[in-house]
Amino acid sequence: MSAQDIEATAGPAFPSIDRGRLVSTLGVLTGVALLLVFVAAPLITIFLKSLQNDSGTFVGLDNFVRYFSSAGLIQSLFNSVQIALTVTVIACGLAFGYAYALTRTCMPFRGLFRAIAMIPILAPSLLSAIALIYLFGNQGMIRELLFGNSVYGPIGIVLGITFYVFPHVLMIMVTALSSADARLYEAAEAMGTSRWRVFWTITVPGARYGLISAGFVVFTLTITDFGVPKVIGGNFNVLATDIYKQVVGQQSFSMGAVVGLILLFPAILSFSVDRIVRKRQVAQMSARAVPYAPQPSKGRDRAFFVFCSLVSVFLIGILGTAVFASLVTYWPYNLSLTLAHYDFNAIDPNGWSSFTNSLEMAAWTALIGTCVIFLGAYFVEKADTLPFARGLLHMLAMIPMAVPGLVLGLAYVFFFSTPTNPLSGLYGTMAILVLSTVVHFYTVAHLSFVTALKQLDKEFEAVSASLKVPAYKTMLRVHVPICLPLILNVAIYLFLNAMTTVSAAVFLYAPDTKLASIAVLNMDDVGDQAPASAMAIMIVLTSVSVKLLQVVVTRSLLARSSAWRNRETA
Amino acid sequence: MNMAAKRPNRVRPAAFVAPQDAPSHDAFLEIHNVSKRFGDFQALTDISLTIERGTFVCFLGPSGCGKTTLLRAIAGLERQSSGRIIQDGRDISNLPPSQRDFGIVFQSYSLFPNLTVNANVGYGLVNQGLPKAQIAARVQELLELVHLPSSGPKYPAALSGGEQQRVALARALAMQPGLLLLDEPLSALDAKVRVDLRHEMKQLQRRLGVTTIMVTHDQEEALALADVVVVMSKGNIEQVGTPMEVYANPQSAFVADFVGHMNLLRGTAQADGTVRIGSRTLQLDPNQVEGLTGDVLVSFRPEDVMFRGLDAATDNQLQGYIESVDFLGAFSRARVRVDGFDGAVFEADLSANMLRDFGVDAGSTLPLALPRNRICIYPGNERTAGLVKSSGERRA
Repeated sequence: MSAQDIEATAGPAFPSIDRGRLVSTLGVLTGVALLLVFVAAPLITIFLKSLQNDSGTFVGLDNFVRYFSSAGLIQSLFNSVQIALTVTVIACGLAFGYAYALTRTCMPFRGLFRAIAMIPILAPSLLSAIALIYLFGNQGMIRELLFGNSVYGPIGIVLGITFYVFPHVLMIMVTALSSADARLYEAAEAMGTSRWRVFWTITVPGARYGLISAGFVVFTLTITDFGVPKVIGGNFNVLATDIYKQVVGQQSFSMGAVVGLILLFPAILSFSVDRIVRKRQVAQMSARAVPYAPQPSKGRDRAFFVFCSLVSVFLIGILGTAVFASLVTYWPYNLSLTLAHYDFNAIDPNGWSSFTNSLEMAAWTALIGTCVIFLGAYFVEKADTLPFARGLLHMLAMIPMAVPGLVLGLAYVFFFSTPTNPLSGLYGTMAILVLSTVVHFYTVAHLSFVTALKQLDKEFEAVSASLKVPAYKTMLRVHVPICLPLILNVAIYLFLNAMTTVSAAVFLYAPDTKLASIAVLNMDDVGDQAPASAMAIMIVLTSVSVKLLQVVVTRSLLARSSAWRNRETA
Repeated sequence: MNMAAKRPNRVRPAAFVAPQDAPSHDAFLEIHNVSKRFGDFQALTDISLTIERGTFVCFLGPSGCGKTTLLRAIAGLERQSSGRIIQDGRDISNLPPSQRDFGIVFQSYSLFPNLTVNANVGYGLVNQGLPKAQIAARVQELLELVHLPSSGPKYPAALSGGEQQRVALARALAMQPGLLLLDEPLSALDAKVRVDLRHEMKQLQRRLGVTTIMVTHDQEEALALADVVVVMSKGNIEQVGTPMEVYANPQSAFVADFVGHMNLLRGTAQADGTVRIGSRTLQLDPNQVEGLTGDVLVSFRPEDVMFRGLDAATDNQLQGYIESVDFLGAFSRARVRVDGFDGAVFEADLSANMLRDFGVDAGSTLPLALPRNRICIYPGNERTAGLVKSSGERRA
């Protein structure tokens, strides 16, 4: 349409179509539609399933009644809560000390300790359980340390999950302890307050929101983790293994749905608390606060060095044991080293394909996930149309964080395996694994992008409209380059999680789309623990390489853009 | 309440306004009955205004008065709830911003940080698919126009705030828009840079003849730059006029209070055409009264308080007690108390040589007069500009 045409036809009676607005309208609506189909609909299905019997007849709350009258299942609920509370106390205690050492002391090697603490993120949660069996199992290297107690059960589960959740808690605690106002400490010192009193009246209250948030996150991660109890739980049943047994073992989908909804409960609670707490934490730190810089103190620094070293020995020890297990010919009878366990095709002709499947799945997840989530966040934050739909999009994007992987996987099974669903073709394909993984980790990525986009000047869209440049071109030329380090970070985050995740995938894989993490689970299940360790180590190696690649690429990105990037946005 | 303080017979917001030297009436932008609501909040109430081609117009008012909303409605960045906007004969009321014809500069500069100055200025031109050489030439021409001929290869982060705003100005002018919109363009800059850039913007606008609308809360800026000042308050236009008119002849207590320094004292209009403050009676020009009675605000500027040349014929002579004197360089501003004013205090300007000649200091008493032709009265008894400049109000 030329300028003359517009002049001739435009008027109040002919609202003109604007390509930029059209693109953002379509974008917002597409985003809402995608999340409705892939987040809301499956969750509604699982809810409905819990009200039906296995042949699909509506039975009201019968399933719940049946659940709460089954002694075995109630015992699992009790076991889960008990484990979750224990892990919460232990992991929060350890992580608080570790985080305190990293942020509030002058302990040496803080950077190294920080890196060591991230080890568990690189591995599937199963790895710790397998390693613990090598350490404390019936033929464990140091089983004497348990004084005759069995590692198969609560002890093993608590130890294994503590390893797995440690970095997640630590990151929250470090954030909470980093935002200290030096002025408060100076005032306390000026008044001659004792250290102990300063700790309880300033440090702990200042970090209290982080502590609360961390507590709920650990509780939820623990109660919803499936890998560790599956491997090391023995006869000690928990909710997460119950779902698996009900659905995969007894094919009782309705009971699985009931357990799934019960698992959803702590997750939603934790999610809500986290949301509230985050808002407070931001408000608490005033713009005039002076950042706290710790002063050296020999005794304290030494004590924390010893403490962090012990925790690090545990973390490295678990990983080291897994590496060792993967290399020993036949523990404990033949201790010569071998690479034979890495020959996965020897056990299963398609042994290696599960690893390549994982790579493929993780790559697609990173690629599609990053693009879709970035676009979603862009439309939520920058589109100038449909305020209601944008609010809905943002709300839908928050839901996955409150949904445990197992529940999501189950919901996908129910939703996509229905033959009448036009999308049922996805069932059993690589695509559904990718989709479920993108959805599973959607929220964290979405929030990172929204935060970054919020920091960009809100008038870029207005300026580009006045220059007759459509908004999507400005997004590609301005927003994407500015956010590139974060985009890379999110892609790696999705890749790593896709490599290590078990929970959703365990319900969704087909024989030809089996993933490496599932292979670890299956090999362990049939007693092939050395190859299982080897596969877990392959996942760790992949994660480490990808992480190193990210460091190199980010560094060169930042170097190339240093001319215009005055402060680091990575 | 500010509506009550307005004198309806004097306000002509929709009036046809033009700079005095404009050759002919040539309406470029017509705003007809534009209203805008955000939920329960009425941001603009039935605004009508006509802007002449080639003029420099300032929307002036305190924050929240609707000036930015009106600018954004003109740009299409906010859609008006009702009303029409016609630019250069074309009804643009429902057009998206990309189909309107304007360049815009924001307070935050809004330069693309990852693009060089050249790429920023040429951003729209590149999208038009013009040949590279032509774009480069045009960009260079624009950079020279804003006195940054050699900054092209730099990134915005390497420029000072004032330089960045010049680049933003060049970028806004690149597409040769018919209308230049400036949203508080100088507010983020240092005082000195602000005055320099203000002067340059005025020159540039004169040279290019582009119709320009600037939003500002800084009345000094508006008076210095504009051909026409549109004073706004609470979603309404209070007054439209040249800077001189708005300053010398404010049509409402709000304008009187907001533009320039103004003493506003509570008084009572009398049937005989005088006004009482406390126990004192002041003479006014007859045209001031116009049937007003009851509570009024009595206004006069600090610079209009007379200290010299008082004789028997001078009206409104009073004995002023100087409470304090603020030295402000070229002149000093005194806080003056007068017996019988019910404790009200007003400000009066004293020139430097007055101070020397009279030896005025805090505590001295001297005769003064409030010239009857410099006093304006407005109905009502509350200041509305929200900028209480003297504590006299609070004491009274």
